[in-house]
Amino acid sequence: MLKAGFRGGIHPSGHKQATSGVAITRGPVPASLIVPMSQHLGAPCLPVVEKGDHVVRGQVIGTVEAFVSAPIHAPMSGVIAAIRPQVLVSGQRVSAVEITCDEDPDLDVFVRCELADSTAGAARSAGIVGMGGAAFPASVKLTPPHDMPVHTVILNGCECEPYLTCDHRVMLETPLEVIDGARLIRDAVGASRVVVGVEDNKPDAVAALRAATADDVEILSLRTSYPQGAEKQLIFAVLGAEVSHGKLPASTGALVHNVGTAVALARAVRERRPLIERVVTVTGRVVRPGNYLTVIGTSIGELISFAGGFSGEVGRVISGGPMTGMGVSDLSAPVVKGTSGIVVLGPGEVAPAVHGDQPCIRCGRCSDACPMMLQPFVLGIYANKRMWDQTQDHHALDCIECGCCSYVCPTSRPLVQLIRLAKHAQLERGE
Amino acid sequence: MTPHSSATEPLELPRTTITSSPHIAGRENVTSIMLWVVAALAPTALWAVYNMGWVAVLLLVSCIVSTLATEYIWNRVAHRAQTLWDGSALVTGLLLAMSLPPRTPWWMAAVGGIVAIALAKMIFGGLGWNLFNPALVGRAIITISWAGVMSEQVIPGGWFRGIDVLGTESLDAISGATRLALAASDRLVDGAYGFDMQAQYSPFLFRNLEGSLGEVSAALLVAGGLFLIFKGIIDWRVPASYIGTVALLSWALGSDPLFNVLAGGVLLGAFFMATDYVTSPMTATGRIIFGCGCGLINVVGRLFGPLPEATTWAILFMNGLVPLIDRFTIPRTFGWGKRRA
Ligand code: SF4
Ligand code: SF4
Repeated sequence: MLKAGFRGGIHPSGHKQATSGVAITRGPVPASLIVPMSQHLGAPCLPVVEKGDHVVRGQVIGTVEAFVSAPIHAPMSGVIAAIRPQVLVSGQRVSAVEITCDEDPDLDVFVRCELADSTAGAARSAGIVGMGGAAFPASVKLTPPHDMPVHTVILNGCECEPYLTCDHRVMLETPLEVIDGARLIRDAVGASRVVVGVEDNKPDAVAALRAATADDVEILSLRTSYPQGAEKQLIFAVLGAEVSHGKLPASTGALVHNVGTAVALARAVRERRPLIERVVTVTGRVVRPGNYLTVIGTSIGELISFAGGFSGEVGRVISGGPMTGMGVSDLSAPVVKGTSGIVVLGPGEVAPAVHGDQPCIRCGRCSDACPMMLQPFVLGIYANKRMWDQTQDHHALDCIECGCCSYVCPTSRPLVQLIRLAKHAQLERGE
Repeated sequence: MTPHSSATEPLELPRTTITSSPHIAGRENVTSIMLWVVAALAPTALWAVYNMGWVAVLLLVSCIVSTLATEYIWNRVAHRAQTLWDGSALVTGLLLAMSLPPRTPWWMAAVGGIVAIALAKMIFGGLGWNLFNPALVGRAIITISWAGVMSEQVIPGGWFRGIDVLGTESLDAISGATRLALAASDRLVDGAYGFDMQAQYSPFLFRNLEGSLGEVSAALLVAGGLFLIFKGIIDWRVPASYIGTVALLSWALGSDPLFNVLAGGVLLGAFFMATDYVTSPMTATGRIIFGCGCGLINVVGRLFGPLPEATTWAILFMNGLVPLIDRFTIPRTFGWGKRRA
């Protein structure tokens, strides 16, 4: 059978074998946490605690009225040591609550969240955001506008980023909760169909999910290809429909959620459990690569130490996957709700730095790889010359910033970086 | 539950440079790509040397040294970053040598190499900016400037006897028109061929001393070309549409299709010249149009033109159309179609 997929894309080596067979285990139990008040897209929360307050695990410590937002809960019990600015891995400077954790913490207990009367409400009160990396508040996506009915819910279990295996392990170890979450989302938005898309490099996850479901949840094995897990590419692979330029993905009648989000949602609804910890893949050049259940607010450095520290020369520490993740410049930055992995690359594994303006040799690799069917080399040349009319004509705004073009370019032209520049410039001009 | 695991020393982050994503890159770079092309051509080149002797060595050396030296000197004089090591000049030199008859005097080949790099590539801004295939420009200049040498065919005498360092007429060789020329001229005269075309398949495939270095064995060229396709270095569309058009069209015009594919520069052109990244289209559709155009001009030029060897001109002409082809074959951006959404 020809597997469903999308056009373009790349096949980087997965590097997943180091952690794909390692069961999820409890990560570090830190003595202190830094909990940012903004771990999501949308309005940042305002702290509702003060310095010196004692908080218990699961208690709300930050909230805001805005529709597009998600409250923040205390990941561990302790005393508020400070409320101060913190620079996140993304470079954002946000307000954060520093907690000095109680001694001998019991991580099996937590304060249940406020009772909600709907799945969207439970998502909101549990502070659930997209756990694939985008961190968009789940409650918003569970409240689709009336003029855009959802007929198909797609759970994203592709995990197409190299190195990362947290979603893989979640599907393998808690398939019942994935399926439960899938049904909850389907019923919340009134969809008739729900599909879990998994890349075919994870046959064990496919089997586990199939064993956990009746026929009402379809488990679809998709061609392994990056970026299969990108929203538009996933919808195309599952439904054969393209999200039209300038339209929301929901305009296709599809709603995409990450499998990790579905599990968090199931727990929010069944156990009223707030989102205070998540599975983070720690891999690459660390002594004990693994999938660690990590308390939000744990510093990246502590998490790496827990994994045994660096195992060799370090070229770069990445938060997230190597294709779309962010380089870490300060190991004291905290793990947040959207942190899917910490990947430590050796010096030789990092993409070569670009010296000067490398020529385009017109090899066509970038346009062959572009899942949006753009011509990255053209965009790169125009962006370099600051010719924004031309970048607009070549649909720069359709770029999903997957990085395939930069990845394949034999002269290491910084294509996606140039295209980001073009997008910002175009948006600034007001388009 | 182990409380407070953070008793250990805080971890130090080594000094690293940080750029935005993606943080990893694919395996190929320009040098590796160029070396794959060299590897694909190497068997043919070695077979040419084995069969044609020192003249072939001399030709290879003079082409490669002249292209490398020109690139090096140009960069030095123009204060550009040194691009010698990207391997593209090496490929140009190798391709130029492969496109020349073994009889070509070494100095003539060197002029071709200098022209190829200086006037067909560096003057436009170096690799990536040239419109025409440098090796073919070099060959074209030689053909125009010294027409006699390129059309007159001298079969080299093999090792030791075939040394013709000064380009004097000391070759112990047979001079005469090639079978390709015969085929073309016969067709012009009365449409009948003076020899059995099918009987030529085997020499063309395995050992042919009549044409350029690259024509010594069609089988080795095809093997090299297929190797590049399977390595993902070149796109199958260009050679497939080029060779397909040559076969179909020559068949339609009453000539033997396989003979026309095997004879002359078609295979070298289709696999190694027309696939040059810089001077061929970037889009899938464009590459097919380009390949068909090359094949069309090649056959028409061969069967009706003044020169039997039309490959150079066919590809150079199509090179000139590439910007146009690229413009009109831009694929539909995802989400911009008539598809339901
Ligand atoms: S242009 Fe954008 S969408 Fe296309 S490959 Fe590059 S980053 Fe991905
Ligand atoms: S991959 Fe790089 S060299 Fe190749 S066409 Fe794209 S920009 Fe040019």
